[in-house]
Amino acid sequence: MSNLSKEPSFLFGEDTIQYIQHAAATGLYDIRGLGAKRYLPSFDDLLFLAGSASRYPLEGYREKCTTTTVLGTRFAKKPIELKIPITIAGMSFGSLSANVKEALGLAATELGTSTTTGDGGMTSEERLSSKTLVYQCLPSRYGFNPDDVRRADAIELVIGQGAKPGGGGMLLGQKITARVAQMRTLPAGIDQRSACRHPDWTGPDDLTIKIQELREITDWQVPIYIKIGATRVFNDVKLAVHAGADVVVVDGMQGGTAATQKVFIEHVGVPTLVAVQQAVSALEEMNMKDKVQLIVSGGIRSGADVAKALAMGADAVSIGQGVLFALGCNSPTWIDHDGQHIDATEDYTKLETMPGFCHHCHTGKCPVGVTTQDEILEKRLIPEVGARRVKNYFKTLNMELTTIARACGKSNVHHLEREDLVALTVESAAMAHVPLAGTNWIPGLKEI
Amino acid sequence: MDNLARKNSDGKETLLFDLSQTTVRDMNQFLHHNLDKSNVSNIRIIHPDGAHSIAVGLEVPVNIEIEGHAGYFCAGMNKQANVTIKGNVGWSVAENIMSGMVRVKGYASECAGASGHGGTLIIERDASLRCGISMKGVDIIVGGSVGNFSAFMAQAGHLVVCGDAGDGLGDSIYEAIIYVRGKIKSLGADARIEPLTDEDHKVLAKLLALAGFKHDTKEFKRVASARQLYHWNADANQEY
Repeated sequence: MSNLSKEPSFLFGEDTIQYIQHAAATGLYDIRGLGAKRYLPSFDDLLFLAGSASRYPLEGYREKCTTTTVLGTRFAKKPIELKIPITIAGMSFGSLSANVKEALGLAATELGTSTTTGDGGMTSEERLSSKTLVYQCLPSRYGFNPDDVRRADAIELVIGQGAKPGGGGMLLGQKITARVAQMRTLPAGIDQRSACRHPDWTGPDDLTIKIQELREITDWQVPIYIKIGATRVFNDVKLAVHAGADVVVVDGMQGGTAATQKVFIEHVGVPTLVAVQQAVSALEEMNMKDKVQLIVSGGIRSGADVAKALAMGADAVSIGQGVLFALGCNSPTWIDHDGQHIDATEDYTKLETMPGFCHHCHTGKCPVGVTTQDEILEKRLIPEVGARRVKNYFKTLNMELTTIARACGKSNVHHLEREDLVALTVESAAMAHVPLAGTNWIPGLKEI
Repeated sequence: MDNLARKNSDGKETLLFDLSQTTVRDMNQFLHHNLDKSNVSNIRIIHPDGAHSIAVGLEVPVNIEIEGHAGYFCAGMNKQANVTIKGNVGWSVAENIMSGMVRVKGYASECAGASGHGGTLIIERDASLRCGISMKGVDIIVGGSVGNFSAFMAQAGHLVVCGDAGDGLGDSIYEAIIYVRGKIKSLGADARIEPLTDEDHKVLAKLLALAGFKHDTKEFKRVASARQLYHWNADANQEY
């Protein structure tokens, strides 16, 4: 028996010591892409109570279950009608290649759902490939122009992002090609800071007038969304509704980013589970549920996650990271024109990572051609191949969603309700406002 | 709609909108959809009474005169139109302007010309805080002074200030150029005063002439980016 002492410290574990020593050696904090990697309460902590004797299930393979989703019914003359309640989240051209934006547009169009622009403006590829395109109005206003406003099917005013609420953004110089720079009216190769506040309005009263301006420019035709990063969700949703939003998008802290400080990703915001509950509570208190639609994003992965978000009161979900993984992010291979899988592990090694662990979106050296502007790497993602994979992924989610809905006796996925859910932990019961499984106890609320 | 048409000497028409009788929404929709098919070259808007979003999203070469004070976002996202406000304006006049010209005869409140991509914004009196914030190619010429944090993160274009500038002028500026005739209370991060080149004198003279301001270009200082923030610098200890 060795006498070697190996008593680990919980507070100063191996990772913590490594973090401190890296900081001590470099004086730098970590910047990375994707979302929170720490444990957080999530939809995994909820379960469905399907039909049995007291509830009547629908036949899974025979009886119809509607997934049609309408967004923007409050003021817009042309609300958006989607075939499924699963949309593609805003991701910028700059962080993603033009091929990827085209792939997302093609997939969304085939699925009958929407995709969304991002910081950096609207590319011609994504407009041409997308039947329903949501145009983001971000604080940086990079590439923002009235022609694209008029070409959009909805406008999303972005106040914050779940991965970095209050944080703005930074697209590092290595991803700023001539085209990206031209769209953003800045020199190529420099780090491009995206401001954390809008340039032309500040508080919620100004936001009301800003929305009025956008409605005037678009002749009140298209829905106006407001996207918030989940922090003080209850109050923020109320302010968004007060400001005149048709749709509120709430992005929980498990949402992804192309690049930000790790300390932001892991330590700022509230989990999506909390965000949905607070957003729905705000809408209910204002008697605006079903009048203002709610889209939830931030770590949605599966049909079960979609079903749980809808049961808690969301009208739709939006997916970013899941879409990237479907495109091949963190896959050991990329797919060529002949359908052959080409090994990319060497490129992961050059980034000092490996498939399954890569979060190096900020470097622009994505081994599978997803989060890059490199003209060689971006060819690794063929739009038609990417579109097919995203379509398959969303189709799977939708089948899972309807499977659960039918089992709960719903002929429409929007009929899923909080009463269909129970929580596995005391924390998740308190956060989601659903009873702890086997009890009628919702911590923080009176007994039901 | 209760708007009166009057024939001009050139055969074109001047149209009158009375905002005490017509809503901003009805007027904007007319301006968006009916102007290019009409014989109208001039629009007069009376009784604006501080209404917001007057003449936003225009994309035709028409002359518009607003007889009085306008609210927020007046002439927002303008393309091609030539808009004159014979009064003061609220926040964010000509925000995101793409082309054309917007002239404010009075004072402008905060964020004038925010994020403007092109065209010209002329403010004959003072402009408040954050004038030219995030500007991306617009030329802004201010006859009076500008408030704090003007040209914050300004990317391209020119800001001409014939009076004084407040604190933090040109903070985090990129490729935009600022010319100031009066005092500068303080410069923002990465902004510095530089000598005017021959090209600067030409550009500035042209802009002053466009605005109708008679000043000697030699009286102006040039403020531009020192380009020390173009790449994130950890050694700066965030003290920029």
